[in-house]
Amino acid sequence: MKQGRYTIIENSPLAQELWRLRLAGDTGAFTAPGQFLDIRLDGFFLRRPISVCDWDGEAVTVIYKVLGEGTRALTAYEPGKWLDVLTGLGNGYDTAESGNRPLVVGGGVGIPPLYRLTKQLIAKGKRPAVILGFNRAEEMFMSDEFRALGADVIVTTADGSCGIPGFVTDGVPAVGAYSYVFACGPTAMLRALDAVIESPAQYSFEERMGCGFGACMGCTCQTKNGHKRVCKDGPVFRREEIVW
Amino acid sequence: MVNTRVTLCGVELENPVIPASGTFGYGREFAELYDINCLGTFSFKGTTRQPRFGNPTPRVAECPGGMLNAVGLQNPGVEAVIAEELPALAKVFHKPVMANVSGFSVEEYAETCAMLDAQPQVGWLEVNISCPNVHGGGMSFGAEPKLAAEVTRAVKAVTAKPVIMKLSPNVTDIAAVAAACEEAGADGVSLINTLLGMRIGLKTRKPILANTTGGLSGGAVFPVALRMVYQVYEAVRIPIVGMGGVSRAEDVLEMILAGATAVGVGAANLVEPYASRDIVQNLPAVMEQYGISNLAEIIGGAH
Repeated sequence: MKQGRYTIIENSPLAQELWRLRLAGDTGAFTAPGQFLDIRLDGFFLRRPISVCDWDGEAVTVIYKVLGEGTRALTAYEPGKWLDVLTGLGNGYDTAESGNRPLVVGGGVGIPPLYRLTKQLIAKGKRPAVILGFNRAEEMFMSDEFRALGADVIVTTADGSCGIPGFVTDGVPAVGAYSYVFACGPTAMLRALDAVIESPAQYSFEERMGCGFGACMGCTCQTKNGHKRVCKDGPVFRREEIVW
Repeated sequence: MVNTRVTLCGVELENPVIPASGTFGYGREFAELYDINCLGTFSFKGTTRQPRFGNPTPRVAECPGGMLNAVGLQNPGVEAVIAEELPALAKVFHKPVMANVSGFSVEEYAETCAMLDAQPQVGWLEVNISCPNVHGGGMSFGAEPKLAAEVTRAVKAVTAKPVIMKLSPNVTDIAAVAAACEEAGADGVSLINTLLGMRIGLKTRKPILANTTGGLSGGAVFPVALRMVYQVYEAVRIPIVGMGGVSRAEDVLEMILAGATAVGVGAANLVEPYASRDIVQNLPAVMEQYGISNLAEIIGGAH
């Protein structure tokens, strides 16, 4: 973990209630896709944890959803201003055992961290299939970016307005054989996915957090390996350790 | 050169800054960030006889100037603390640590304290009779002077280490509880634990915390904490660890003027991971700014 001042270089709307934020500064604390950062905002006591979409040597990109007063306030920050940010939080995905045909599954605001993951899998010579689930076509985002990486992308929409009608689980049969599953999204989605897949998997979970770095025990969950902090021991957990 | 040394129940502290229990784990997370030997000491996570998962999530909520928590005393249990956490801590922290203990019966408090009494790393036992987030224990012992005294006596009987009773602000007369602890043999008192509060989500129309209520901490509680330290100072002669909303060196000085010998830093650690270190670093300059050369000389100076 590193704490630092990050200058906003972009903070713009992307889709319904979704914003892209790019922050220039030290990205050296990020070691794995699926990690997150934690932003201090004026007038709010707790920081706001947001998963990381991508980073390079100069800047980190996050895509955040306006869910409450804090994220609403974040939309008003303009490029040129700086933010106090904790970076490199959480464990992130371990891609070592992905096999050649990993399946990457994201639902809604769970999609952004899978971008970096997919990019890394492709860089390692893997051929990831990607399923992106949305409620309706107007909420769709990033599917073109995933295609531009070279991934096979399947879109599902709950109202059937685009791609395969239904949930991400309805997209799984279209993939064919896969070697591993990486997923991020609402717990209900992860649970439904877990019921239909037939490979090892890692899932990234969401929980309301206090500190974001393992000190407050605010986000603890039960696992088969005991109590784990979603922020520090997670947010990514292996399929076999999860207690649903 | 200013003197930041204070003596807490016979044990000297290099400075009065003590990260508060429940905001500093067993030190590991912060030792990864900075050398925690700069602290006066710290009070480790509230520890019980048996391991506890704690409350369901959500366990945290936010409010202007602070936060609510209802963690519910999650801890690995005293045996694991002795077998795993204390040896790990010994590698990164070379000062006596404050052992925070909680329980659900007088016997349980005594048993856990007796086990920690045998640990040379432990400098003080801080006995939490004020956790607002558990049922059938915790705060109920701190709500009644008689019960507070009973726990104090039971713990004093099993340890030679200084016993500091951690008091709840959720009472009518905290000074009476403090006086009862002193009368029963307590070596010190620490205050305040969190103030009972709640938030309701407008979208769900239900309490945000799974436990419905939680403990309020952060800057919002500082004036309440300060007032209570001031009142308790008038009621007892034993030293006070003052805490509640402290986030700056200036707050430390206010607490000491109110009557604290040492000062806890709580929720600030959770939003500014370097908060306690920064307070230690800033303290000498802020003392100089206000013409204070020896911290110990201003304890209770506001009275």
